[in-house]
Amino acid sequence: MGLAKRIIPCLDVNAGRVVKGVRFVDLRDAGDPVAIASEYDRAGADELVFLDITASHEQRDTILHVVEAVASEVFIPLTVGGGIRTLADIRRLLNAGADKVAINTAVVEYPQLVTEAAARVGSQCIVVAVDAKRVSEASAPPRWSVYTHGGRRPTGLDAVAWSRRMAEAGAGEILLTSMDRDGTKLGFDLELTRAVSEGTGVPVIASGGVGNLAHLIDGVRLGLADAVLAASIFHFGEFTIQQAKAAMAEHGIEVRR
Amino acid sequence: MIGIAVIDYGMGNLRSMAKALEYVGARSVVVTADAETVAHAERVVFPGQGAVRDCMSALQRSELIDVLGQTAAERPFLGVCMGMQALMSVSEENEGVRALDLLPGSVRHFRHLSTAHQKLKIPHMGWNSLCWVREHPLWEGIEAGAWFYFVHSYYVAPADERLVLAQAEYGATFAAAIGKDNIFATQFHPEKSQQAGLRLLENFIRWDGYARNRY
Repeated sequence: MGLAKRIIPCLDVNAGRVVKGVRFVDLRDAGDPVAIASEYDRAGADELVFLDITASHEQRDTILHVVEAVASEVFIPLTVGGGIRTLADIRRLLNAGADKVAINTAVVEYPQLVTEAAARVGSQCIVVAVDAKRVSEASAPPRWSVYTHGGRRPTGLDAVAWSRRMAEAGAGEILLTSMDRDGTKLGFDLELTRAVSEGTGVPVIASGGVGNLAHLIDGVRLGLADAVLAASIFHFGEFTIQQAKAAMAEHGIEVRR
Repeated sequence: MIGIAVIDYGMGNLRSMAKALEYVGARSVVVTADAETVAHAERVVFPGQGAVRDCMSALQRSELIDVLGQTAAERPFLGVCMGMQALMSVSEENEGVRALDLLPGSVRHFRHLSTAHQKLKIPHMGWNSLCWVREHPLWEGIEAGAWFYFVHSYYVAPADERLVLAQAEYGATFAAAIGKDNIFATQFHPEKSQQAGLRLLENFIRWDGYARNRY
């Protein structure tokens, strides 16, 4: 026995509602964050990530209500990402009931935020989200660059070095998304995942590209991920969390059953 | 009469703890930094995350140190994560910090358990299964090997082995829960550990402790 590898469904939230549809259960309201979170909790999800994609500034606070409502009924760890700019934003989310916040753009623009936030609320609450895209030629040794603003803006930062720097600055975890694989269902970028996992001393959540259960297994065994994040394969009922855990356990991966 | 005082010293997600206690049926849960309120609570929950030094100075500022010692001696008292570590004599965190010294022992960093052969990711973050060491009323209804959620970089090394109620494995075996008399303390987060955690909290709100001088 020992520490289990985690399976983490990710939900996109816009103005307080889960979007892109979650069809894995017979929900009366497919956009209700509390109902969906409760279902995933019952199904055996190890944690949940809410990605706030609310664009309108006036509706920024809706995520706080979502977190409050979910945290009153669902007793597994909740991570919230999207649009977090300041220490005050972080404090508000944690006070609402989030356990961790995932930050991307703001820490690229102001890396010191990680250190300040970790000193104030503890490293365990601070997840740095790294969106990485392969920038090396096919024949050259692989190299990935960090992107911000939802993958639209290149920073020129090396993803492996950046992840290490963020861990040293106080991040408690890295949420690593391959921009090349996100939405493709081709599986994680395993070279990237492995490079970041070996290059940092903190847990790494692999994200982007999961299309089947073998991808989850590969993410842990070949990518050395500590946790695997997926959205569509669970949301659309292609696989259940328990099927994923059974498959991982068959391959000798410790999971919470 | 306050049912449960959840100690608020400005660190960590206290809302989840209060909500989880209410979810399992606790009445009159108050999140508070007021020593007087804590002194009159039937039960005390001492949660928290972060660093021991910040925790101790926040407790000092709120004049909570004495009342924590008093209530721990007299009433059911649950320490969680930082609230477990702060009960010990001393922590090596931040170059050494004197803690509350309600239980003998020290708080050590996981890097001591990390080797070239077995490089540990720190913090120890995620679900780990418990191995019972000692019977306790708070384990009632929870299976051996049950999974609980942990997130911490330091672990407790009690000076007296008899304090250890459960262990978990990360790099080596460490104390996942300790207790003595009215004190029950967990390194894991029951408020984030789904059914098993909720059951433990339910057991806590029904537990009368081993108090000798009930007020």
